[in-house]
Amino acid sequence: MSVLVYIEIAKGKVKKASLEATNYAAQIATQLGTSATAIAFNADAAQTEEIGKAGAKKVLVVKGDQYKNNDAVYLSAAIEQAAKAEGAKVIITSFDVTGKSLAPRLSAKLKAGLVAGAVDYPTVNGNVLEVKKNVFSGKATAIYTINSDVKIISLMPNSFPVKLSDNKAEVADFAVDLNGITSKIVIKETKSTDTAGMIPLPEAELVVSAGRGLKGPENWGIIEDLAKAIGATTACSRPVADMHWRPHHEHVGQTGIAIRPNLYIAIGISGAIQHLAGVNGSKTIVVINTDKEAPFFKSADYGIIGDAFEVVPKLTEAIKKLKANN
Amino acid sequence: MKILVAISNVPDTTTKIAFSDNDTKFSTQGVQFIINPYDEWYALVRALELKEAGKATAVTLFHVGLVDSEATIRKGLALGADDAVRVNAESPDSFFVAEQIAKYAKDNAYDLILVGKETINYNGSSVGGMIGGLLDFPFVSLATKLDVNGNTATIEHDIDGGIQVVECATPLVISCSKGMAEQRIPNMRGIMAARTKPITVVEATTDAPLTNIKSFALTAGRTTCKYIDANNVEELVSLLHNEAKVI
Repeated sequence: MSVLVYIEIAKGKVKKASLEATNYAAQIATQLGTSATAIAFNADAAQTEEIGKAGAKKVLVVKGDQYKNNDAVYLSAAIEQAAKAEGAKVIITSFDVTGKSLAPRLSAKLKAGLVAGAVDYPTVNGNVLEVKKNVFSGKATAIYTINSDVKIISLMPNSFPVKLSDNKAEVADFAVDLNGITSKIVIKETKSTDTAGMIPLPEAELVVSAGRGLKGPENWGIIEDLAKAIGATTACSRPVADMHWRPHHEHVGQTGIAIRPNLYIAIGISGAIQHLAGVNGSKTIVVINTDKEAPFFKSADYGIIGDAFEVVPKLTEAIKKLKANN
Repeated sequence: MKILVAISNVPDTTTKIAFSDNDTKFSTQGVQFIINPYDEWYALVRALELKEAGKATAVTLFHVGLVDSEATIRKGLALGADDAVRVNAESPDSFFVAEQIAKYAKDNAYDLILVGKETINYNGSSVGGMIGGLLDFPFVSLATKLDVNGNTATIEHDIDGGIQVVECATPLVISCSKGMAEQRIPNMRGIMAARTKPITVVEATTDAPLTNIKSFALTAGRTTCKYIDANNVEELVSLLHNEAKVI
């Protein structure tokens, strides 16, 4: 009756979101009186060791070239077989790009109820699990009951801790029968949008964002300098992306992407409801705006009423001093 | 090529969210409903563009909801969809919706099933992938560009840290995101024509739901904003380092 957790490896490293998922899986395994088994594709010894440290009792390693593109057709087939072999009743994935394709497909194939984007540990109620997730773009939460025999939970990234211990996992090869299964999706081209060594926005823990208050794309130098000083990724509000001042993948908001960084600094952004929907999951929000009536201040932890063109360069200098002294 | 566009009926983006019945139901009092933006601006508009370019023969809207949703469905018909299907049921979860779409799409041989990347009320991002699993169709998520040539779809979509261009033979399921098309405003002619376009009502499947919502709660807002003087940014840095511990 184990808990099965899907591990994603990207650029040679186990994704942080997968370590979060492993910790979570180990936690609920304890609640259910069982253990966590991880399934990792083409993983090496260093990677399986880290997965063990994150709480997996066993790591199943599946080998094959078909898995290299994270195609849910192959991943799902492998995980379905592993879940059967392990007698797994709970499957954990991350609510990230791969997870958003994988978990739903698994749900359909296994008739397993899915809570996508969980923000808390489940409550066990007999044969039923109750899990909380965000709804209404983060303005509210809902507790879902999963009634099915097999249950799937995908986790909102950066919502759960990663605690590593000395635990050593048992590592075993797992053979998957992909007989007759072929994906029709053909990859023609892959382009990277990673800018200047910044962590991709969906995974960034530190974000510096700016909006119309900057008055024009030529003024973004101060934003990029601040981001660089902090080690943050840049983001922007919708009007600025629509006007092509910034690339569309920087747009955070209700119709852009939703992020949950540890720190979100919003500069020259008024704080419309649609923008807040994309960032209200941030742990700490700093707002810098000349307008003291800007609605964003009502959703901020810290605020500076002032001119971005004066405040931001000073902030950059102060951050550099902090880094130099620490 | 027949395109099925699944649309959700959602509260508009400025709605103040409230719950009723002991926090077990979303309160619809005074709420303006719209088509989920991702379904309308991206999935539906792109489907209409493909039809205008002669690459699709029909665009059908598919909706799971009670009769109150028909006003929203008419907005989609006003934009140019040919007809609509409404499954007469209140959906308990994404899987239920996916089951209804999958059954209809299979029984009626649709080549392309388009959904928005997520709904702004439940944010599940699950329906598209579930339809793919139920029908054993390929599913491409977070698509920002879509073109069709004969039976092949060429899709640009977001992946971790990048963009990928893929090709796939129909039938398939695609979830649509920003960049695929531009929001349209229906014109008078479209609004008039929508009045007589058919909305076929069908009954739902009867399997027990896999999940349902037990209760809701509003998210607590941040307490108060600590203001720092613009001439004293060092204090902000100190607070972020020592108090918030984020840098």
